[in-house]
Amino acid sequence: MIDWNTLILTFRLAFITTILLLLISVPLSYWLAYTKSRTKPVIETLVSMPLVLPPTVLGFYMLIAFSPSNSFGNWLDEWLGLQLVFSFEGLVLASIIYSLPFMVHPIQSGFSNLSPSLKEASYVLGKSKTTTLFRVLLPNIKTSLLTGIVLAFAHTIGEFGVVLMIGGNISGKTKVASIAIYDEVESLNYHLANKYSLILFSITFVILLMVYLINGGYLKKYLK
Amino acid sequence: MIELAINKKLKSSSGDMLLDVKFNIPTGKLIALYGKSGAGKTSLLKIIAGLLSPEKGIIKVDDKVWLDTDKRLNLSPQKRNIGFLFQEYTLFPNMTVRENLEFALTKGQNKKIVDELLEIVDLGDLQFRKSNSLSGGQKQRAALARSLVQKPKILMLDEPLSALDYEMRTKLQQYILQLHKEFKLTTILISHDISEIIKMSDYLMEIDHGKIVNEGLATDVFSHNKINAKFQFTGEIIKIEKQDFIYIISVLIGKDFVKVIADDDEARDLMVGDKVFIASKAFNPIIKKI
Repeated sequence: MIDWNTLILTFRLAFITTILLLLISVPLSYWLAYTKSRTKPVIETLVSMPLVLPPTVLGFYMLIAFSPSNSFGNWLDEWLGLQLVFSFEGLVLASIIYSLPFMVHPIQSGFSNLSPSLKEASYVLGKSKTTTLFRVLLPNIKTSLLTGIVLAFAHTIGEFGVVLMIGGNISGKTKVASIAIYDEVESLNYHLANKYSLILFSITFVILLMVYLINGGYLKKYLK
Repeated sequence: MIELAINKKLKSSSGDMLLDVKFNIPTGKLIALYGKSGAGKTSLLKIIAGLLSPEKGIIKVDDKVWLDTDKRLNLSPQKRNIGFLFQEYTLFPNMTVRENLEFALTKGQNKKIVDELLEIVDLGDLQFRKSNSLSGGQKQRAALARSLVQKPKILMLDEPLSALDYEMRTKLQQYILQLHKEFKLTTILISHDISEIIKMSDYLMEIDHGKIVNEGLATDVFSHNKINAKFQFTGEIIKIEKQDFIYIISVLIGKDFVKVIADDDEARDLMVGDKVFIASKAFNPIIKKI
């Protein structure tokens, strides 16, 4: 039987991760797009690392860092009451780091591709940086925002290595769909593995299709 | 009155360059800045607008200090209240023409000015259109109107007409002149178009490599004060043909072609693309209404 909790957990994780990522990525991408700071290449590299690093490496170091037997993990536990190892909160944090480039890159290139004169035109009209960001810049990079949101969401659904390292395989708590598939294959339950896989396949296909339809302007054409 | 004295190192394609400019502009005048691309004209406008900071300098407008590097004072562009029209189209694509103008309103400002400006630039019919459905000329007219919503005292025009065709250009020049007078603006216009400068400006400054190399009335500067011509035009060489012993030089003046005959000596330093000056003293032109 399909454990619906596993699927709900997977989407809850993706949803929460995406929202938090959006809040982090907009200011971060804005900074990366416009800064002249010398630290920019270093920050850019760090943001992009999850693209090339094996997820197990990331998961391994997080496991070490957040372990309660460690001083940092201990501090988190005592002062913030946060236990990040083998918990849902830990999964969220790991997913944020792991999916960061998928959200930051499209938004950053969205900002960079806007003509700098748009921003300057708003400034000389007396509008503050915040007003300019929310009323001029963000509305004009809607497609980049959508791309970032969807890629981060879909990528979080699909992650495996980091989740397994830091979350383990606790049913209803940290067992997400990709791990359930692995689990079922291990115990030779191919039928169930196939069901999970098919669900993930269809949902991610539909999500990505929507993005291409919206960003390509096809949807508007059909609706007219 | 704009009083300005600034210094800024600029990186140009031909290496580092020092922008070193000092001038006073009386209120209500229209000043043209002329010079090659990369001479520092746009940087100068951006410094006045506060979009770029010079290493050293003072800018005072009507006795109010906008910039004084010695006192570490530098007003942000938001606080300078100037109108700025860019070379690129900067209407915000996510808003309609009207929303663009309304966005520019200050808190509590009467919305009447939006209607007034839309009427002056003849965009009443197009006010609910988004910018991507407008032509280049319409976009610049809307941007011109938007730049004046806050009733600035100073208007800066960074070659806003360079991408437009001849007719649109002439039309927009009229709008600019009209608004310049109606709003009693002090206007600085960057332009490469000699006829535009002669038509519009009260005074001309030519900038080269970051320095003012020439200034005066546009007609004087362009004629190098040498010829006291009765009849003169400026244009651009389109074609040079050699025929037997003479050269026939085709010159584009405004949108008209003129062929001029030149001898070896005269033709020697001329090249296609040169800006030239055609004058005649001793003949009587025919004038006729069209």
